[in-house]
Amino acid sequence: MRWLRENLFGSWPSALATLAILWLAWMLVPPLVEWAIVDAVWRAPDSRPCRAAGAGACWALIAEKHRFILFGTYPYEQHWRPGLGILVLFALYVASAMRRFWRARLALAWLGGLALIGWLMWGGVAGLSYVENERWGGLMLTLLLATFGIAFAFPISILLALGRRSRLPVVRALSVLWIELVRGVPLISLLFMASVMLPLFLPEGVSIDKLLRALIAMIVFAAAYLAEVVRGGLQAIPHGQEEAADALGLPFWRKTLFVILPQALRIAIPPLVNTFIAFFKDTSLVVIIGLFDLLTSIKVALTEPAWSGFGVEAYIFASLVYFAFCFAMSRYSQNLERELERSRTHVLREN
Amino acid sequence: MRARAIAAQLALLAAVAFVVWYLASNTAQNLDARKIASGFGFLAREAGFEIGEAPFLAYSAADSYARAILVGLINTFRVALIGVVLATVIGTVVGLARLSHNWLLSRLATGYVELLRNVPLLVQLFFLYAVITENLPGTRQALEPLPGVFLSNRGIAFPVLEAHAVHAWMVAALAASAVLAWLAARWGRRRQARTGQPFPALIVGAALMLGLPLAVFLAAGAPLALARPALQGFNFAGGGTLSPEFAALTGGLTLYTAAFIAEIVRAGVQSVDRGQSEAAYSLGLSRRRTTRLVILPQALRVIVPPLTSQYLNLTKNSSLAVAIGYPDLVSIANTTMNQTGQAIEGIAIIMAVYLTISLSISALMNWYNKRIALKGARR
Repeated sequence: MRWLRENLFGSWPSALATLAILWLAWMLVPPLVEWAIVDAVWRAPDSRPCRAAGAGACWALIAEKHRFILFGTYPYEQHWRPGLGILVLFALYVASAMRRFWRARLALAWLGGLALIGWLMWGGVAGLSYVENERWGGLMLTLLLATFGIAFAFPISILLALGRRSRLPVVRALSVLWIELVRGVPLISLLFMASVMLPLFLPEGVSIDKLLRALIAMIVFAAAYLAEVVRGGLQAIPHGQEEAADALGLPFWRKTLFVILPQALRIAIPPLVNTFIAFFKDTSLVVIIGLFDLLTSIKVALTEPAWSGFGVEAYIFASLVYFAFCFAMSRYSQNLERELERSRTHVLREN
Repeated sequence: MRARAIAAQLALLAAVAFVVWYLASNTAQNLDARKIASGFGFLAREAGFEIGEAPFLAYSAADSYARAILVGLINTFRVALIGVVLATVIGTVVGLARLSHNWLLSRLATGYVELLRNVPLLVQLFFLYAVITENLPGTRQALEPLPGVFLSNRGIAFPVLEAHAVHAWMVAALAASAVLAWLAARWGRRRQARTGQPFPALIVGAALMLGLPLAVFLAAGAPLALARPALQGFNFAGGGTLSPEFAALTGGLTLYTAAFIAEIVRAGVQSVDRGQSEAAYSLGLSRRRTTRLVILPQALRVIVPPLTSQYLNLTKNSSLAVAIGYPDLVSIANTTMNQTGQAIEGIAIIMAVYLTISLSISALMNWYNKRIALKGARR
């Protein structure tokens, strides 16, 4: 009772707000629940039951199309391969999230894991039939774009961040040019560039496929944004660290690798995770240049006449999938931030 | 050491120059092979495609590509401007709601922020577009939430004021009163500096700016004719209409950006130390004046820089219009590229426009940051 009085009816405006919210909930929640759960059609071979009068949400669309949404046009009887690939990726994500595993061996695990995924997806050797990457799709492609994008963009971004703080004017100018140019234009324009301009850049007869072209654009894009986050980490390090390393006579790369970067990246982890989240969301833009990611497969499923007109249900499902990934990452980054903060103050007190 | 640094930089420069030259020569060859003439000459040619909405600048398929792209630019600015204003209002309200002592209200605001921030904008746009085009009734059964406002799968139709000569005079009166309000505020500041007497600049200014146009309006006999939308054939005619594409894009951009602005506003308000307001109260300042003179100026210093970058994000994100068929700059440039094959020029136009916007805003931002930086911190 006391909690109610303090937190919901603390003052006149507060009480009014509470009543207004309760009234809105009373008006909105029952019909929504009715639509989404009570009257919903959960399983149906086609959309006829969904189109009947009084039918609620048509979740049957998702049930019917889930394989297509997960794996796109990958050969149906081979779906276990991308399925296994997703599990491997998940294992890598979880391992990377645990501070216990933050060792050099983690990088090796990533290399091995990605090679395994490449073998699973392409096949062609050791008993697996070959599947060209035009047929990769669905959630698997979204995860691959995000993972490979970050994996390549991150090292580049560190170089760009160091370059922007470099004393060498040419290095600095080129880094600034890359970072500011990319951050000034929308991702779409880079994707268009990759899909229509990149083929013009290459000599006659050489072509790279659509997936790789899109990936290059995403890497160029992500590297610029990550570089600014890394730069923030670099700026947060006290000057004394660098001076101490200089006093010890460490050469530039040793000083950078063993003194500056470990501390800078540690500070930058929470904002880095936030940039990863933004990048993960941005992979959905490849739908515009016709790459077959999660969102594209949902859109394609909707173009079938049998299922057209259920966009709301389909996009709610897409939102849930993206939300699950992004929310998990953002919670992780918040916890990590708190933990790092605690361990830092702990160290300070001990000294 | 110095010599090595110079040599390394020269090598890097040479490598970059070589790559650029190599790509350019390939491109020139490819363009030759495909018989595409480079250059911006195509802009003067007839576009030959219709554009769904072209406000402020009349356009038809017989006009040039240049004019079509200009229409796209206007459409981009239209969405961006409306989006920025609405997102700021909603974001501020939600951000303050998160700080509310009311548990329900702050939970609701938190839920809004978490949900909107963790779903890609493109998915939200598709969702809104699907809601409007698939789930709203046709024009004949259009919903009428307010008298004269119709919601249907063809968009939103609403009444507008019929143009009248007096309206121009009202705008003039508004401008005149803005100047007067500014002069009054300046005089008030000077008097306060001299005598210590405060001057209610805000109230006087608001009274002037509301009162003068209203006086003109009433003096002219209050001409208030509304053009109401009416069903004609399959669609509404008369009044104002917002297309489903425009409504979905503006709504999506606004709600998405508002979630980010809410977090910025919250962080800004929280960044002001409690001691500041306690000190202001103990000096005898009222609650309102504490907020306006002590909290707000300090919070704004934290809020404004990330806020501008959100405005820029919103403008850049408006390029997602191409996915739902709203004719913004990117989508028209895309159509142009498909028709003419002038990919390089098309992308160059898109990038040049966005770079101009980004760089001018950040220049403005740097100037502003210098102006509001703590005086002691400036060296």
